[in-house]
Amino acid sequence: MAAFDIYPEYEIVRNNERCTNCRVCEKQCANGAHIFLTDKNRMAADDDKCVNCHRCVAMCPVRALKIVKTNHTFRENLYWTGKSIKEIKRQAESGGVLLSSMGNPETYPVYFDKILLNASQVTNPSIDPLREPMETRVYLGSKPDKVVRDEKGRIKIDLPLHIKLSMPVMLSAMSYGSISYNAHESLARAAAEAGIMYNTGEGGLHEDLYRYGKNTIVQVASGRFGVHSRYLSNGAAIEIKMGQGAKPGIGGHLPGSKIVGDISKTRMIPEGSDAISPAPHHDIYSIEDLSQLVYSLKEATGYTKPIIVKIAAVHNVAAIASGIARSGADIIAIDGFRGGTGAAPARIRDHVGIPIELALASVDKRLRDEGIRNRVSIVAGGGIRSSADVVKAIALGADCVYIGTAALIALGCHMCRSCHTGKCNWGIATQREDLVKRLNPDWGYKRLVNLLNAWKHEIMEMMGGMGINAIESLRGNRLMLRGVGLNEKELEILGIKHAGE
Amino acid sequence: MNVSARRLGSRILNDEIRRAEEDIIIEDCFGERYIGSCASSITITINGTPGNAMGAYLDGATIIVNGNVQDAVGDTMNDGKIIIHGNAGDALGYAMRGGKIYVKGDAGYRTGIHMKEYKDKRPVIVVGGSTGSFLGEYLAGGMIIVLGMESEACPVGDFTGTGMHGGLIFIRSSTPPANLPKQVTVSLADDLDMGSMNEYLMEYADTFGLSIDEILRKPFYRLAPNAKNPYKQLYTIY
Ligand code: SF4
Ligand code: SF4
Repeated sequence: MAAFDIYPEYEIVRNNERCTNCRVCEKQCANGAHIFLTDKNRMAADDDKCVNCHRCVAMCPVRALKIVKTNHTFRENLYWTGKSIKEIKRQAESGGVLLSSMGNPETYPVYFDKILLNASQVTNPSIDPLREPMETRVYLGSKPDKVVRDEKGRIKIDLPLHIKLSMPVMLSAMSYGSISYNAHESLARAAAEAGIMYNTGEGGLHEDLYRYGKNTIVQVASGRFGVHSRYLSNGAAIEIKMGQGAKPGIGGHLPGSKIVGDISKTRMIPEGSDAISPAPHHDIYSIEDLSQLVYSLKEATGYTKPIIVKIAAVHNVAAIASGIARSGADIIAIDGFRGGTGAAPARIRDHVGIPIELALASVDKRLRDEGIRNRVSIVAGGGIRSSADVVKAIALGADCVYIGTAALIALGCHMCRSCHTGKCNWGIATQREDLVKRLNPDWGYKRLVNLLNAWKHEIMEMMGGMGINAIESLRGNRLMLRGVGLNEKELEILGIKHAGE
Repeated sequence: MNVSARRLGSRILNDEIRRAEEDIIIEDCFGERYIGSCASSITITINGTPGNAMGAYLDGATIIVNGNVQDAVGDTMNDGKIIIHGNAGDALGYAMRGGKIYVKGDAGYRTGIHMKEYKDKRPVIVVGGSTGSFLGEYLAGGMIIVLGMESEACPVGDFTGTGMHGGLIFIRSSTPPANLPKQVTVSLADDLDMGSMNEYLMEYADTFGLSIDEILRKPFYRLAPNAKNPYKQLYTIY
């Protein structure tokens, strides 16, 4: 709720010439920003309640609405910005921690945007993906130290603990509870159709979605919600969540008010009880302890599932990843500071962690220097916005990427960053039945598959341009990257040359 | 079926257990880890000292240990029973959701943390001796009973029930535990409480050949989450 002396950030602008008083906006806005004034027989709006989610704008049949950023400002001050002033006022009013959602929106450098890709000219030909075979398939898991051949000279392939993906993209962990059933179903079906994986997050797996097991990564987090032997054996891989890019060092807390119906059943906790995932796993205080959880999960599933360990990108990420690679884990997922969340304290989200580009490059280098890069696959996540980001991440050393926010945008999210209110007008980050119904999984999963197909084609085109016909040859291939406007240190960490070099 | 664990190593031993369709007795156990992980229906008897993470994700099996156990026993246990005729290490019954763990002797730090319950699934841990600090941290459901059969002083360490938001802890002691967080209320167990413990105490006494009268000789303190002081962070939504 806004403090009394804060002017709203956005204004609802209604074109009264067009408005027919149909009251659709009133029904569509879960925040109650539109009101019908019966006595005056016209619509009115409460800007204070608007989160700029565009639902009413999209649903207004006569296009009478738009939301504009207010031009009402504080006296200009480049240090004490309107944002700082408003935040202080809000906290002075409530005494509470600022809560936010989605990824870090602040102006830190975006290294993806300071890296450019190569293309072939003259000396090695580019490849046309429409006419020539192009391999985007990846296998995630531990690879042997060397190629072994049998007596007849055939290569022995023995990779039982691998997951196979049709393209180097997976849908990152979002729990049922933080997002709706319809959103979860859309993710599961899209993963199945596209031949990739989605991830349950830490909220267990709804009974109806067990059938997508081949395309499911089941997550085990500190709260162990919904974790039991059938859940573990249903997934194609198991992910141990140690951290999350949006809130490194912070646990999760789904309030009891959201533990209702099937969510209670899936998490296996009573309705109305808080679901607290402590910040650390209280049985993991060292790499040895982590190794123990890795192996207990392997034992629990008879060594049939690769184990992923997911960590947030933090200062010592390379050393931590080196430990994880030695813990018996098959895959390391690194989540950068732009990663999304259903709810996180704003100060943590905006000030803790490091960019995925730097974390990824330094982890890849460290593991190669130590000669253990083949022991694990690396999944990079946290702010991947396009196929170009995917290609750059792979050239920086990733085997594949996780996308979360981009997947939700394909499902209808308009990035209003209000997931924590539980009133997502697009039926994604909510459990309110009338709102959940707004996301039709039949429509949602197709949009997500469209996005994945489009990216896959773009990835092939970029690879073709570089004269590369298999994604494996792109992995860690930093010669394909050049930096623009980066200093020596940044180039050194990324392991790339400056443009023109 | 009898198996000697000697020189088998954890992985081969556990393969044998996974394949076992009948009850199994493991001899010469000496630090082999992950025994009985996810096991259902059979009874596994262990002579010796099993290693860490015994009975993780246990799903209905019974494990009897004639000896001590190490850390992380019964991690995320779903159902079944673990009986330990000795002492247990740290993080016993972490995030356990169902079934019972009975320890004759002591248990280490962080016993029963983040245990939770769901419908008919209600995990129970009974420790005959004493426990270390952080007992029942983040407790969300189920019941932990510490008997302190050999102790004069209160048989638990510091910070019992930190972060507790469900479930109950009972401590047999003439004095209440010290250093409790303000989100935990402590009171003497009443008849209703004694009734709810009865089934487990009887079974416990029976399992280890103890006298129930001796167990009931001292009062029990009951620790419950303080609903008026929940672990809530005050948030400002923006
Ligand atoms: S919150 Fe969304 S639906 Fe409500 S007025 Fe603002 S843009 Fe429209
Ligand atoms: S998921 Fe919903 S609430 Fe969250 S940012 Fe997207 S539209 Fe807004």
